[in-house]
This record gives sequence, structure tokens and C-alpha cells, in this order.
Amino acid sequence: MKTLSNNSTLPLLSAVKLTCIREERLLFDELSVEINAGDIVQVEGPNGSGKTSLLRILSGLSQPYDGQVQYNGQAIHRCREEFHQNLLYLGHLAGVKGEMSAEENLDFNLALHGNKTQQSLTYLTKVNLSGFEDSLASHLSAGQHRRIALARLYQSNAPIWILDEPFTAIDKQGVASLEKLFSAHAKRGGCVILTTHQDLISIKPEQVKKITLDYSYDSAFD
Amino acid sequence: MTLKTQSIHETENLTTDVDNTEIISSTTPSPHLSYRYAFMLVLKRDLTIAMRHKDDIINPLLFFVIVITLFPLGIGPEAQTLSRIAPGIIWVAALLATLLSLDRLFKSDHLDGSLEQMLLSPHPVFILVLAKIFAHWLITGLPLILIAPLLAVLIHLDENSYSALMLTLLLGTPVLSLLGAIGVALTVGIKKGGVLLSLLVLPLYIPVLIFATSAIDTAALGLPYSGQLAIIAALFFGSLTLAPLAVGAALKVSTN
Repeated sequence: MKTLSNNSTLPLLSAVKLTCIREERLLFDELSVEINAGDIVQVEGPNGSGKTSLLRILSGLSQPYDGQVQYNGQAIHRCREEFHQNLLYLGHLAGVKGEMSAEENLDFNLALHGNKTQQSLTYLTKVNLSGFEDSLASHLSAGQHRRIALARLYQSNAPIWILDEPFTAIDKQGVASLEKLFSAHAKRGGCVILTTHQDLISIKPEQVKKITLDYSYDSAFD
Repeated sequence: MTLKTQSIHETENLTTDVDNTEIISSTTPSPHLSYRYAFMLVLKRDLTIAMRHKDDIINPLLFFVIVITLFPLGIGPEAQTLSRIAPGIIWVAALLATLLSLDRLFKSDHLDGSLEQMLLSPHPVFILVLAKIFAHWLITGLPLILIAPLLAVLIHLDENSYSALMLTLLLGTPVLSLLGAIGVALTVGIKKGGVLLSLLVLPLYIPVLIFATSAIDTAALGLPYSGQLAIIAALFFGSLTLAPLAVGAALKVSTN
């Protein structure tokens, strides 16, 4: 594993002149963003404005029409394994298998991303799923699926968290503890990029950077 | 507030609200990043899912058994006619049974989002895909091989042909899974890709079918069939090394 040529001026993740076109409609054009360690970035915009597309491009799942995403100053497709080791992406599909129990699901997802699995029970307790660890996920609700996926956040060593609508189907208490987790993550040098339609409650507005997407127009930080 | 990643390696005691005591580090490789580990992880998961969802194993096998048992009923019990067409029947049935089971290879993972997670894992997609295909073969190909000699008795396969039948199935069914996986990976993002999948995959299956049945026929005549077997083996090794790459690329396109 080579060490990162990480000179301190480089942002953790940066988007350079991204253009995204979906269904012959321009979603955003020449979008450039720098995300540093410690940032909490909220992507805003009406439905269909390209929030998910932006997050998928940032995580490397989709290709932009033009422009590139850089991790530590390197294009992400050039350092795929290193980037993926430092990335945690949760899309709006939870990635939970109905045929496996909550614990097995979490164990698999942790191991797949190179994390330790010994303490998965503790993390399930943290997301209020204690007692459900042995139930098959197909018997659990959508919110509980979401919680199984989110439990990974407690174990993750990845600095970059990209979360698409993490609060969907999560109750108020859950949202509050997630917000606490996000600010703790930002404090220890990670960054969180998320989309949500709700305002963040416990994280102060000045701590949150916002990217507003609007389909007719360029977007920028405010 | 904004800590750069470099400073994180140096500062050992950052306080956190959560009791995650590990400091984020972007360079430390995890202990769980060997190819073997990743392969076994995915294999174990797919087999666990298949064991809990037994339809995956039973459906193609039942299809195989039904097709082969129907032939003597339709054609008549004359041993000579049956033994003439037996290799073709067994191989066509095996081919269609595999085709029937292909859809599940990536479909459910695509629908519930776990495919995205696999593509985003630090493990090479090649290894993960290879593990999934191997699991698919264990679930569908292996049971067919095990039951094929029993069904061959039913349709009077020539007694010299049994070893050829087993060998062609052993080398040929993995090729069916490997090539089929390319087709599934290409069509996984399409809502109704079933017909397209058959159109894409069946032409690729034809060489396997031709050489396998030819090997079994040759064996029935008591002649050496190592030539046909060598070609199937070449198809197997070729697809083993190249198909996972194609599948990985196709999956990236499908999830784009």
C-alpha cells in the first residue's frame, strides 16, 4: 500500500467541472466542489434535480457526462481500490438480503468493505435492533432494513461518507443519534455528504455546507 | 475544525462522541483484504441465501428431470431411437435449465442494492464476480451433473458414453454459468430483459453444445474423444479468465 501524496492543500474529495445529463435533460453543468475533512455537506434540491445522480457520480458508481471526481487530487478511477477503502456509500436501496438475518447482513457488509465483524452485535444495539439480530431481514420493516445498513457507520473507518437520504423511514430518535454521529465523524476528520429533505436539527446551520441543485441553473456552494 | 487527513495519522487521541476509538486513517490496509477472503465471503453468502431459498436449487433441477423424462413418453420407448438422441436431449436440457436459472445471478442483488455495495467494495470486482459465478455453478450445475447419469439410463444412453457425458458436463456446465453471467450482467438493469438474455446467451452456448454432444457420440462408437474434450476445456479456461472481466465491466455499465 503506497502512502498518499497528501499535501495539506488537497481536499479529501473534489469534483471538477462535473456535467450530468439524464434523459436528455441537463441536471447540472460545470459543477465544481471541494470537500475537505471535517465538512458536512448537504445536497439540496427538488425531486429530480439530480441529487442522487451527483452522489452516485461522487462515489464512482455513475460516470459524469463531463468532468471528473478526484480523491486526494487523483482521479477516482485511477485509484479505485484505495478510494473505495476510504468510502462508505449508502444509496437509497439498503443492500440488505431478506434471506439473511440482521446480524449476517451487517457482518457481510462490514467484511465486504474490509471492516472487522466481531462487534456487530454492539452496533445493532446502537441502531435499536437488539433482539432482532437473528430474525431474517425479510421479516423486518423498511426502517429496520435502513437501520441495518446504517449500523455500518458505527464501525466504519472510511473518512468519506456519502449518504443518499439516510433519514428515510428512520424515526425521530434515530435521526437525532445519526446527526450526533455525523458531527462526531466530521470532528474526527471525516466528511459527510448527504441528501435530505429535512433540515438537520442538532447540527448548526453554519457547520453545514450546502450544494443547491436546480435544474435550469449552475449550482454552487452557498 | 477542518482537519486534513494527514494530521489525522499524527494525532492519536481525537475525542469522539461515539465510542469508536479507531482513528480514521486513509492508508492503513485492513487485515481482511485478501482475495481468498473476499472470494470465500461472497461464496458463503450466496450459498447461504440459496440454502434458505431452496427454489433456486430445485427449479432448474426439476426442469432438467421433467424435460428428460418427457422425451421417452413423446418419442416412444425404442431403445435405438432414444440412444441416438440421448446426448442431445441431456445437453439441451442442461443448457435450458442453466438459462432458466441465470436470471437470479445478479437480479436480486441489483434490486436490493447489494450489487452497488459490491461494486463499491475495495475488493477487485473480478474476485467477487468469480465467487458469485462459482456459487451459481454449485447451485445449478453440480446437481445436474450428479443426476445426469441416472436420467441417462432412462433414455438408453450408450454404455460407452457415460464417462464422456460426465466429463463434458463437468467441463461444460461451468462454461454455461460463466458465459451466461455476461448476458445477465448486461441485462440486469433492464426491466424485462428475459428475452434479450436468451438471445444474447444462446448463440454463445452453441459451441459447447456442439462439441459436447459430438464427444458423447464419438465415445459411443468407441473412438477417442479427447479432441472435443480439449476444445471444451479451452472454452472453459478461456471463459474462466475472461468472463469475470467482461461481467465486471458490464455490471458497471448496468448500474450506471
